[in-house]
Amino acid sequence: MPALFDLPTLWAFIIAFAVFAYVVMDGFDLGIGILFPFFAPGPERDSAMNSVAPVWDGNETWLVLGGGGLMAAFPLAYAIILPALYAPIIAMVLALIFRGVAFEFRWRDPGHRRYWDFAFTTGSVVAALAQGITLGALLQGIAVEGRSYAGGWWDWLTPFSLLVGISLVVGYALLGATWLVMKTEGAVQNHSFRLAGKLALGLIACIGLVSAATPFLSGAYYERWFAWPQVLFTAQVPLLVGLCSGTLLVSLVRRWEYWPFLLTLALFALCLLGLGVSMFPYVVPNAVTIHEAAAPNVSLQFMLVGASVLIPIILAYTGYSYWVFRGKTGHEGYH
Amino acid sequence: MFDQFDALLLARFQFAFTVSFHFIFPSFSIGLASYLAVLEGLWLWTGREVYLNLFKYWLKIFALVFAMGVVSGIVMSYQFGTNWAVFSDKAGPVIGPLMAYEVMTAFFLEAGFLGIMLFGMGRVGRKLHFAATLAVAVGTFISAFWILSANSWMQTPVGYGINEAGQFVPQDWWAIIFNPSFPYRLVHTVFAAYLTTALVVGGVGAWHLLRERTNKGARVMFSMAMGMVAVVAPLQILAGDMHGLNTLEHQPAKVMAMEGHFESHPDGAPLILFGIPDQEAGTVRNAIAIPKASSLILKHDMNAPLSGLDTVDRANWPYVPVVFWSFRIMVGLGFAMLALGVFSLLARWRDKLYDWRPLHWLALSMGPAGFVAVIAGWVTTEVGRQPFTVYGLLRTAVSASPLEAPAVAASLLTFIVVYFIVFGAGTGYILKLMGKAPHPGETGPEAGREPIRTAGITPAPAVNPARTLGAEV
Repeated sequence: MPALFDLPTLWAFIIAFAVFAYVVMDGFDLGIGILFPFFAPGPERDSAMNSVAPVWDGNETWLVLGGGGLMAAFPLAYAIILPALYAPIIAMVLALIFRGVAFEFRWRDPGHRRYWDFAFTTGSVVAALAQGITLGALLQGIAVEGRSYAGGWWDWLTPFSLLVGISLVVGYALLGATWLVMKTEGAVQNHSFRLAGKLALGLIACIGLVSAATPFLSGAYYERWFAWPQVLFTAQVPLLVGLCSGTLLVSLVRRWEYWPFLLTLALFALCLLGLGVSMFPYVVPNAVTIHEAAAPNVSLQFMLVGASVLIPIILAYTGYSYWVFRGKTGHEGYH
Repeated sequence: MFDQFDALLLARFQFAFTVSFHFIFPSFSIGLASYLAVLEGLWLWTGREVYLNLFKYWLKIFALVFAMGVVSGIVMSYQFGTNWAVFSDKAGPVIGPLMAYEVMTAFFLEAGFLGIMLFGMGRVGRKLHFAATLAVAVGTFISAFWILSANSWMQTPVGYGINEAGQFVPQDWWAIIFNPSFPYRLVHTVFAAYLTTALVVGGVGAWHLLRERTNKGARVMFSMAMGMVAVVAPLQILAGDMHGLNTLEHQPAKVMAMEGHFESHPDGAPLILFGIPDQEAGTVRNAIAIPKASSLILKHDMNAPLSGLDTVDRANWPYVPVVFWSFRIMVGLGFAMLALGVFSLLARWRDKLYDWRPLHWLALSMGPAGFVAVIAGWVTTEVGRQPFTVYGLLRTAVSASPLEAPAVAASLLTFIVVYFIVFGAGTGYILKLMGKAPHPGETGPEAGREPIRTAGITPAPAVNPARTLGAEV
């Protein structure tokens, strides 16, 4: 068991943190995009969008940190994973273009607003799907030869990767719905409660399916989850998932405003933990470990100095920005 | 083999396309963020309404430019891995941390305070809002610092070792960050961004002066922009000259390509003004040249010897026609900017800055010149770096990902289609905003959208219109 002070391990945790921060924060932005068609054009859509307009850009920056951090800390992994997942990655960045500009463009061109709303939704759905497919394809394994990717350019497309893709779309949509429950009131909030209920059931089913399929992707995963005695530890993960799921459903039925979002976050955190159980210490499953992929210690040290000072500062001013825009977003028109 | 060559060429074209498109936005937003900070500062200092109006006018444009810069930038952070995997693996330990610092020191700062800058004036008070504007402006500059450091290291690599896996291993971070070409490239690029912005602002001001000579906002922005051009254009020519001398020292082949010097000149090299470079034959056809002038510029001695590409292995030649022409476009536009600056000084001296229509027409026609010059300069330096990604050490041909040509071709086509649709529309919206004259009581970026306000601070029934940016005049 490597110590936490081991630089590659530490950086694996930092990047996992960046990915989690991204999934949580851009997750609800993308979720709102995914749910956009379910809201009526006009005040409903406007107030849904207003709830994230001041923060989406910062949220998306965590994705750049995840990608840039992977290149900096684990260049070999970055060099293998990105070509292997060429199509989904390109699809994701293109989708994020449409999603990102729609925030501004829809206000500048009321005549074509429905086209930019469509771009907003399609961009959000495709980005979420591509991110899920990326994760699924990584989990199911990547062909490696020497220091590069050795597979074809459609290897990523399997029923499993599609399942993970769809699961992430559902998961982001639930984050979006529960965010709106927290940030809006009146009709939008009622609507969000109804959507969140259905999505919660959908996400629980998805988590069940992905969890059931993962151990059978490779013998190593099965071992990691079911071998005695670590099953005593690993079994806590599905138990906690069950507990959170149950509480989430109760919170939605009882119309609590903050708990649904927080419990959805907890579900995402548990999924990440499960992912860690399946993968650690590999960064490309069964092929490249974080130690093999790690940049030289001089690179990791140099970045650690900055990261340990800057990431807390970033979290502080990000928190401040959320504080400035706290509370419920207005919903009636302004004339 | 043939397929591999195709995939490589397509990957290069894709990177050139996506990075050139991306570069347009930061080269505008770096200058515009500073301009906005100046306008808001002047408003707070003098209390004059015209500065606030101009601030709001340009803030709407900034929101669009910035959004397009962000989304096209995300593409870049993944392009290294998708298309240049071998480069990423080998140079990642050096380049990666520089880019990670860019994200941590610049991107988060810009993104974190952009929301407050765009939507927060009614929420945080004037001084804090000004601090947010400053944070965004400083962030754009820090971003330029890190990315140009990384780019410069690829041009003039120092401070590294090479490990058994063939990776560049950092040995001296100070030397890496402040590598030999970095200070020159940073100054030259930041000046370029300021000039680009000044020309755009000047062009917009000129357009509105041509239509309404008395428009207060148009007068102020035109005067500020022309002042900026008059100051920065000569400084930029000086900085460019120093950058060129630095390049001559570290990347002589690039300068030979810029000058069109295929042959060595032992006693004074001519300055080729125009001509048609022929890479195959190794000569410039129909050259119009000033004898010995190139030696005078580059060596400050008209009889100094200058080596040509005949002293460089042909396998290490950059593609001369592109470098030769892009350099001439950049320099030509630079002198046109200087002429505009001088013309405006003359008009200012005669007290005719707002009256001389030829000046306004010239400023209008030069509005987009900064973008063209920036891209031309970028092409000069990047194509001039070829055939290497890390100059002299890692060849472009071995830097690419193991991708099949159809995959790269398909993604390239998609990029082209998407960029033209999205950024075409965005440019259209920006021009639409620029086409409207600035006027008193200018609204902010949230005009037309309902205010982003919260029950937590302002109960909905008690909304006070004065709390929103649009009404706080």
